[in-house]
Amino acid sequence: MTTNLPQQTVKKKGLTFHDITPYFYILPSLLLFILFVFYPFVKTIILSLSVTDNSGNILNWANPLFSNFATALTDSSMWFAIGVTFKYAIMVVVGSIVMGTVTAILANEAFRGRAFVRAVYAMPMAISSACIAVIATFIFNPTMGILNQILGTNFRWLRDMKLALPSIAMVTVWMNIGMNYLFVIAALQSVDISLYEAGSIEGVNFFQKHWYITLPSISPTLFFLLVINVINSFQAYAQIRLMTDGGPGRYTTTLVFSIYTETFEYMRYASGATLSVILFVILFILTAIQFKAEKKVTY
Amino acid sequence: MAKGTTMKVTASKVKQNNPVAGVVAFVFALLIISPLVYCLLTSFLTEQEIFQLKVIPTSFYVGNYQKALDQAPLFTFILNSVIVSCSCMALQLITGSMAGYAFGCLKFKGQNAIFRIFLATMMIPGNAIIISNYLTVSSWGLLKQPYTLWPLILPYMTSAFCVFNMRQAYKSLPTELAEAAEIDGCNSFQYFIRVAMPLTLPSLGAVGIQTFISVWNQYLWPLLVTNSVECRTVQLGIGMLQNADGQAFGTIMAGTTIVMIPSILVFVIGQKTLVSGLTAGAVKG
Repeated sequence: MTTNLPQQTVKKKGLTFHDITPYFYILPSLLLFILFVFYPFVKTIILSLSVTDNSGNILNWANPLFSNFATALTDSSMWFAIGVTFKYAIMVVVGSIVMGTVTAILANEAFRGRAFVRAVYAMPMAISSACIAVIATFIFNPTMGILNQILGTNFRWLRDMKLALPSIAMVTVWMNIGMNYLFVIAALQSVDISLYEAGSIEGVNFFQKHWYITLPSISPTLFFLLVINVINSFQAYAQIRLMTDGGPGRYTTTLVFSIYTETFEYMRYASGATLSVILFVILFILTAIQFKAEKKVTY
Repeated sequence: MAKGTTMKVTASKVKQNNPVAGVVAFVFALLIISPLVYCLLTSFLTEQEIFQLKVIPTSFYVGNYQKALDQAPLFTFILNSVIVSCSCMALQLITGSMAGYAFGCLKFKGQNAIFRIFLATMMIPGNAIIISNYLTVSSWGLLKQPYTLWPLILPYMTSAFCVFNMRQAYKSLPTELAEAAEIDGCNSFQYFIRVAMPLTLPSLGAVGIQTFISVWNQYLWPLLVTNSVECRTVQLGIGMLQNADGQAFGTIMAGTTIVMIPSILVFVIGQKTLVSGLTAGAVKG
C-alpha cells in the first residue's frame, strides 16, 4: 500500500503485512458487538416504541408512537426513581473519588508496613457486590449488627427512609475504593517530582502540597474516574436488591431497579425498555456535560 | 516492568519516612478490611453467641459451614462460576488480542472509524440493553434447557475494555520488531502468534484478572438467565442463603466466606500483574 513511502510507514507506528486481511482479526469482536450490544440497543429503542405482550413479543407500534415515553414522563414514581438515582449517584461518586484519592495519597507516603496497607486498599475490588451487601446487611442489623453496638445507637439503618439510601451508598463507596485507589496511585507515580521540590522550597505543608500540586497534576485521572464512577453508580443493582429490595417504600428504588421490576416482575417489557432508553439518555447527557466541562477545568 | 520497580525503589528512598501518614493509613486499612474480618469471625460463632452480640469466637464452631453447604449447593455454584469466569476470560483475551493486534499493529481502511465504533460500546450501559439480550438468548431456547451455562458466557465473549487495553499493548511494541519479522519471512499471523502475543503477556494477565473478577461478580444477568438451581452462580447462591433465613447470620457469613475465597485468591496471586498492567494502559492513554 505504501511501498513508495517507506520513511513514512516507519514513522507512523505499525507495518503493513500484505498476506492476510486485517479485517479477519477484528471480525469476531465486531460480530459479537453487533449481536450483543448494537442489535439489542436498537431493539430496546424499538421495544420502547411498541406494545408488548407479557413474554416480550412486540404486538404493534405504540399509538401514538411515543406514548410509552409520555406515560413514563408523567409518572411520578419514575421521577421519584430518578431523584433517588441522582442522590445515590452523588453520594457514591463523591465518596468513591475522595476515598480513592485519600487512600492513594496515604499509600504513596513512606512508612513501615506499606505493602500491607496497599494490598488492603485494593482488596475491595476482589469482593463481589453480593458478598459485601450481605455482610453489610448484618452489620446494619438493628439488634444483632455491630454498627449500632459500636455507635451506641438504635437506628434501623435499612428500614429508615432517610438512612437506607446513604447506607447503601456507603457500602458502594467501600466497593469502589479498590478501583479508584489503583488509578489514583498510578497517576501519582507520574507527577513531576520537581513540582514537589519547588513546593518544599516554598515551605508548603502536607495539605497545601497535595491540594495545590498533587490534585491539579492528577486531574486527568480524576476526570476519568468521575466518568467511570457516574456510569457505574447509575447501574447499581445487586446491593440494592440484597440490602433493601428497593424499600422502605420506594426510597431506594433507582432507575435500574425499576427497570428490573417493571420488566421481570410486572412483565411490562415495553415500559422497562422505555426506562432503559431514559437511563441511556441521562447517562449520555451526563457524560457529554463532563467532557465539555473537562476542557475548561483540566490543567 | 523492571524499569518501573527500580523507579519506585529510588522514589521511596528519596521520600522521608512519614510515620503520621503511616498511622492514618493503617486506620483506613483497618476500617476497610473490618467488614471482611467481621464476616470471617461471625462465621465461627454459634447462633447463641451471635444473639449475645459476641464478635470473637471462642470455640471455632464449624456448624455454620455445614449448614450453608446443606442449604445451597455452594460447590456446584463455585464450579459454575469458575467455568463461566474462565471461559469469558479466555474468550475475551482471544477476541481482544486479535482486535487489539489489528488496531495496534496493522493499517487498514476504516481503522479509526471501526475503532471508534468499538469504543462506542462503552457508552451503552449494560443494564440499558439487558432486556433485549434476555429476549435474544430466550428466543434461542437457551433458557428452557435444564443445564447450560451458555447464556452466561455468550454476551461476554468480548469487551471494549479488553480490546482497548490490548491495542495499547500492541501499539507499544517497537516497529523494528515487525520489520525484522517481515524480513525473516513471517507473515502477519505468524508475527502475531509467535512474536507479538508473547510480549503482551503482562497486559494479558492484567486484563484477564480484571475480566475474571468482573464476570465472577456479576449478579443481575445471571439472575435473569439461570432458571434451574444447577446452573446458578455463587453470587446468586448468597442471595439464596439470605432468602432461606435472613436472620441466620452465622450460616450466611459462612457461605459468604466460602464464596469470597476464590476471588480473593485470584486477586492476591494476580495483584502485581493487575496493578502494573492496568495502570500501564491508563498512563499511556
